Amino acid sequence: MNKFGYSIHKDNQIDYDANDRKINDFMLEYEPTYWACIACGSCTASCSAGNFSSFNFRKTHLLVRRGETKTLKSEIEKCMFCGKCLLVCPRGVNTRNLILGINKAIEKFGL
Amino acid sequence: MTFDLFVLPFILGLIALLIWLTTHFIGWLRSLPNEDIIKIRNKFLTKETLNALGEVFMESFIHRRMFRKNKLLGFMHMSFAFGWFLLIVVGNIESRVYSGWHINPPYYPIFLKFFVHDIRVLPFEIFTIPGFFRFTMDILLLLVLSGLVLALIKRTRSKWFGLKKTTKHTFFDRIAIKSLWLIFPLRLLAESFTAGYWQTGSFLTNSLGNVFASFLPVEVMAYPFWWMYSFALGVFFVTLPFSRYMHIPAEILLIFLRHYGISVNKDNHIMEEINVNSCPRCGVCIDACQLNTEAGVNEIMPVYFLRSVREKETKHDEVFSCAVCGRCQQVCPVGIEVNSIRTVKRLQENNKQAFDFSYLSPVPQAQTEVLYFAGCMTHLTPGIKNAMVNLLNIFGVNYRFLDEDGSVCCGRPLMLAGKDKAAAKLMEYNRQLIQSSGAKILVTSCPICFKIFKEEYNLGIEVLHHSQYLLRLTQEGELQTNPGKLNVVYHDSCELGRGSGIYEEPRQLLASFAHLIAADPEKENGLCCGGSIASIGTSKEQKDKVALGALRQLSLSHPDIIATACPLCKKTFSKLSQVRVADIAEVVYESLLNLTPALETIQEESVLELEEAPCIK
Repeated sequence: MNKFGYSIHKDNQIDYDANDRKINDFMLEYEPTYWACIACGSCTASCSAGNFSSFNFRKTHLLVRRGETKTLKSEIEKCMFCGKCLLVCPRGVNTRNLILGINKAIEKFGL
Repeated sequence: MTFDLFVLPFILGLIALLIWLTTHFIGWLRSLPNEDIIKIRNKFLTKETLNALGEVFMESFIHRRMFRKNKLLGFMHMSFAFGWFLLIVVGNIESRVYSGWHINPPYYPIFLKFFVHDIRVLPFEIFTIPGFFRFTMDILLLLVLSGLVLALIKRTRSKWFGLKKTTKHTFFDRIAIKSLWLIFPLRLLAESFTAGYWQTGSFLTNSLGNVFASFLPVEVMAYPFWWMYSFALGVFFVTLPFSRYMHIPAEILLIFLRHYGISVNKDNHIMEEINVNSCPRCGVCIDACQLNTEAGVNEIMPVYFLRSVREKETKHDEVFSCAVCGRCQQVCPVGIEVNSIRTVKRLQENNKQAFDFSYLSPVPQAQTEVLYFAGCMTHLTPGIKNAMVNLLNIFGVNYRFLDEDGSVCCGRPLMLAGKDKAAAKLMEYNRQLIQSSGAKILVTSCPICFKIFKEEYNLGIEVLHHSQYLLRLTQEGELQTNPGKLNVVYHDSCELGRGSGIYEEPRQLLASFAHLIAADPEKENGLCCGGSIASIGTSKEQKDKVALGALRQLSLSHPDIIATACPLCKKTFSKLSQVRVADIAEVVYESLLNLTPALETIQEESVLELEEAPCIK
């Protein structure tokens, strides 16, 4: 078959019923400020790791919320834990504890 | 008569305690890491042993640090510890004298008045007073009892003892403290009843005994009280290893090991165990903790955290919600390494977690003399960064701005979170960058970076905080300084102050440009801004409360500027403060410009030069 250099995108629909949101539920209990995020992106704009890599905390956070956790592990490993995101967050989200919590959840659920 | 059944509770309790202590102490010493055992061997026959003995006397008996905290508190501890110790020593000598220097069973001196009713005048007593020993023992008993009275007063009037809040005790603590409180009143009663009949006491026990004898059958009453006295001792000994009173023996061991240069680290769990067993749960740390005094957090203070470590059931908050500011360690009368223990606990929990910094690849840097590293936090407070760049240009320093386009974190936040393997990766990256530049001096604006660069990086070059470097530049340079009209109060940051011991340079620097007002408290006891990178579980609201408390103290003298030396302190304070918060570099830069406005043009020219400078990328 000829390769035309383009393909059909995989369906990008977010199915809340089908997606596994156990990390989301775990995070709500572990660090309740998780819920306060408004996805403004300040964390990502100031991120030390984001300056050098594709790491994007806001995206990671959204992925957890939506239960699309496939690439979560490899993403979260890039965090330098410097805490800039914490200081710029206008909603008081404890971002560093979220990173630890997501790590814990990954460990707990064996992802 | 040398034996009676009533000594059994005491003797059994003592045997149980001694067996427990010997097995544990030997167990601890044998499981110390090899390097520590070598340290003990090398230093055992040096003057360190004597120094340790001196410290044991000053701290375990006299309680010098407790005296420093509060005189009443010090006296209470001293009267108990030193008074009891002297009772044992003098009691032993007394029992030897009255038994013709025979070796006695251990209970004999304790219950001597029950067994010996000998009140003849001894030959040497011609030179002192008749009944020398009976008199001394009464004095000592009175000393211990005075401590007991103070301890009872402290229950309701802890403020007189310099303590706002006191410790909540566990079950074993309560049993141990009740038996300890009963020991000496029971001894007083038992000896008084006996003295009421035999006249074997002195001013205290004889007089009290005679009063009792006037309306009570003292001969019959004495015996059950000797039983109760022995029983109280026995209960105290049995509960000691499981209560806070374990600190009595453990602290002695801790002092010796500390003098031999052994400290808590991630490979030395034994030292951690000795440390946590040495905590007397006196609660001095509670009042020092701003999370407690300002934000109402009650569970995470060292007194409770160390107890949880000892019981091997630490809670998440105890480990992660602390700012590791070190104020508790500063006031701890035992000198327990709380910060190290907390970091080790974090390490045990978090170090397994994976990390991947393969996206970083170090680029060789252009050669330079001085390297300036702003650090992540300084990038969030660009005023500091700009002031520093301008100052370096004004002073004509041959420097490079290492992280002008954004920093790779120094690794200390990861370390404080207990991920030292991940931190090592970042450190390796930064080390390569720094070393490739051939710089002789590394200047950083962030005390968090400063501490790790200095202590962990092994760079082999001089590492300076910008306050130190600016002081050097102003002292060597010929620019005009003038302690102007600005009233400035300086805030000691935890990492630069207690963490790195730098108190004087920032003050000297500020004093050459402004009128420096002392903060209260300051230096070693300085307050934490609350923003600490080490506090992970703490909420924003709690941090803000701590910051507001610190700001309240700093603003007491109505300064024009609160000067900080840490970008994180500045960031935390500036959103909440009524007074302007500025970094020390900003204060210096603005004062220099005010004094010599022409400097502005110099710095602009230099910035142009800097932009054209070649850079290997």
